[in-house]
Amino acid sequence: MEEQQPEGETVPEPQERRPGLRRRTLFTAAGIGGVVGVAAGATGASAVERVSAPEADQDIVPFRGDHQAGIETEAQDRMHTAAFDVTTTEREELISLLKDWTAAIESMTGGQPVGGPEGATGGAYDAPPEDTGEALDLPASHLTVTIGFGRTLFTKDGKGRFGLSERLPEALIELPHFPGDALEEKRSDGDLVVQACADDPQIAVHAVRNLVRIAFGRARVRWSQIGFGRTSSTSTDQVTARNLFGFKDGTANVKSQETQAVAEHVWVSGATGGEAWMNEGTYMVARRIRMHIETWDRTSLREQELDIGRTKREGAPLSGGGEFDEPDFELKGSAGPLIAGDSHVALAHPSRNAGVRMLRRGFNYTDGSDGLGRLDAGLFFIAYVVDPRTHYVPMQMAMAKNDLLVEYLKHTGSGLFAVPPGVTEPDGYLGQGLFET
Amino acid sequence: MTPNRTLPTVAALALAALALAGCTDNNATADGGDGSIAVTSTDDTCEVSTDTVPGGTLKFSVKNEGSQVTEFYLLADDGLRIVGEVENIGPGLSRDLVVVAPEGKYATACKPGMVGDGIRADFAVGPVPEGQEISADRAALQDTATTQYGAYVKDQTDQLLAGTKKFARAFADGETDQARKLYASTRMHWERIEPVAESFGDLDPILDAREADLEPGQDWTGWHRAEKDLWPPKDDYQAMSSAQRQEIADQMVDDTQELKERTLDTEFTADALANGAKELLDEVATGKVTGEEEIWSHTDLWDFQANVDGARIAYEDLKPLLDRDDAKLDASLDKNFTALQKLLDQYQRGDGFVYFDELTESQKQELASAVDALAEPLSRLTAAVVK
Repeated sequence: MEEQQPEGETVPEPQERRPGLRRRTLFTAAGIGGVVGVAAGATGASAVERVSAPEADQDIVPFRGDHQAGIETEAQDRMHTAAFDVTTTEREELISLLKDWTAAIESMTGGQPVGGPEGATGGAYDAPPEDTGEALDLPASHLTVTIGFGRTLFTKDGKGRFGLSERLPEALIELPHFPGDALEEKRSDGDLVVQACADDPQIAVHAVRNLVRIAFGRARVRWSQIGFGRTSSTSTDQVTARNLFGFKDGTANVKSQETQAVAEHVWVSGATGGEAWMNEGTYMVARRIRMHIETWDRTSLREQELDIGRTKREGAPLSGGGEFDEPDFELKGSAGPLIAGDSHVALAHPSRNAGVRMLRRGFNYTDGSDGLGRLDAGLFFIAYVVDPRTHYVPMQMAMAKNDLLVEYLKHTGSGLFAVPPGVTEPDGYLGQGLFET
Repeated sequence: MTPNRTLPTVAALALAALALAGCTDNNATADGGDGSIAVTSTDDTCEVSTDTVPGGTLKFSVKNEGSQVTEFYLLADDGLRIVGEVENIGPGLSRDLVVVAPEGKYATACKPGMVGDGIRADFAVGPVPEGQEISADRAALQDTATTQYGAYVKDQTDQLLAGTKKFARAFADGETDQARKLYASTRMHWERIEPVAESFGDLDPILDAREADLEPGQDWTGWHRAEKDLWPPKDDYQAMSSAQRQEIADQMVDDTQELKERTLDTEFTADALANGAKELLDEVATGKVTGEEEIWSHTDLWDFQANVDGARIAYEDLKPLLDRDDAKLDASLDKNFTALQKLLDQYQRGDGFVYFDELTESQKQELASAVDALAEPLSRLTAAVVK
């Protein structure tokens, strides 16, 4: 916006500033707000316009609500998720971190820099700006930031932490070893998790970067993962996205419109005693699943469809019909059921899993190469469930043992997090119930 | 081993001689605009877009517009011999049948509900156009290939059983040096026919599971259990007692005996051979060239060589089926098998190979590239031989 200032405008230039810095000077001076008259007014106006224009509003996912955003929210296309180890040992510092994060998240999801409209360019000139700045001029892009707590926040090496050991939910288990797991410590677990999703990767990365910065001295990044394309749809308005096997993924995902199913399979309710803080919360399962895409790509279409149990183009179950027709696991072909019992669709189907469903919110990723001339690529699996003991572990155990896809998959990272409810009170913060009730 | 690759192979083996025809779902348009012959199967009709075509490679695009599972057949003039078939087409789905047909009289048949003689019609194939040439009797060539391969599997299982007995004795008697010596060379017989062994879903996990493949509570038995005791980790490892060793050894022999008996009853098909060759290279690509198969003994290059051997035998048995159309594929396979073998030869030491942890990163990369270079054309072998 400063470039639209005509040459020889009327803004008085502070004497001590050198001519070479003129543009920047103007912008920064304006940023201080009110000090420099005309320019300040102009800047302030455009900042307001940016968030109040109708098209900008449509870009904003409300931060406040009974539930955290970024779960039922229509799945955005980009993701940056990071897990943290808390380095402070003080309960009050942990709480202050969550308060600072809450303020920053509310600002950023509202399309504003951390610290408010002038957070990226205001403040003392001799101090670094509060916000890192790369999201300036970009719309809010449906940014959502969702946070969760790992088991190690409550207890570690047999010792309680932050006075929280009595608050550890029973469902926040240590996940068992699943057959074939090749988990890397540096890609697994963590005391805190932050899932940032947006339409624009720069917005998602900006959010994580700023939260990392805020955390310095209190928590440090343990692992971080970028996802470049959604593999799940969480709304019936979205087309089913494809994973890196080239197949539609999550056709039978829990969708936000299915209010009954969401209430039953996603949100915690009726928790009492030390776990009451989890009501309206959920559990996030994160798994970094490397796909052996090279060997998959050499597999005949026949076997690909057999392994998945659906056609590649339409995503129709091999028992016939269209994508959203229910698979018929009984329909026989010449040599057994048309949909193999150990195909992915059969093993993942609620009928084989005591009726449980997951709200999946995964993303495709690639992270450079594996050093052997292949891409390190796959699925960053994310699911939100009411209880991982019933809604994730049994299914994953069955898949790791029997799924025809297993030979093309390698789980390299894992995390399970308790996701607290959203913020509703004016001065509330994320995770408040864990500390204050 | 890789868990759970068993079903496709079992299915392929079980279908025996019937499963020779290639079929894919490519969602071809109904009018067969790509030169294919459109077939529409309903519950009581079987429309074929033409009843006369020139000889050569034919592609039928079959769409099931009925409410039952259907099949489509191309039958010889006697109405009995199946020239090609595509099965298991669910309602609303499409599949292709690709078949090589010389001049002659045939019949087409849709079989909605998969019962009875089907809805038949005459189908005429004219002379093969000038400049094309097709193998006289592909069925006979396929039979020869599968018979040869069956003999190879029998020979390898015999040697595997004999070797396992020797290994088991040394292992149980505490002759660790001797057992170590026999470990890698005996396993080569297993690795050469791995897709066959894996097709028996229950034998593979008890004979070839790696520690990471286990589920909670599962007993760890077989080759890799013995491997860890022969090359024990420095820390946190409790060596097996001689009774434990005896138990593992006895079970390995029993299970290998069982494997041998089951392979005697196995019938092979051309597509199972070709898919098996491709799977062997997949094994190399994901398990051996990464050093994940033999994490204690580091004898991955023995397995590597054996997987390549098994794939090469299957390819050589199938080679007569690669007709003139596939000359390029044949040349590419030949060239890449040779190049990979040449590379492996560099790492031979004595009767065996250097240990995997002695290789540099760039040597591993070089091997991985050679594997990928071969695996790509090899993945096209099945489609070429089942026509």
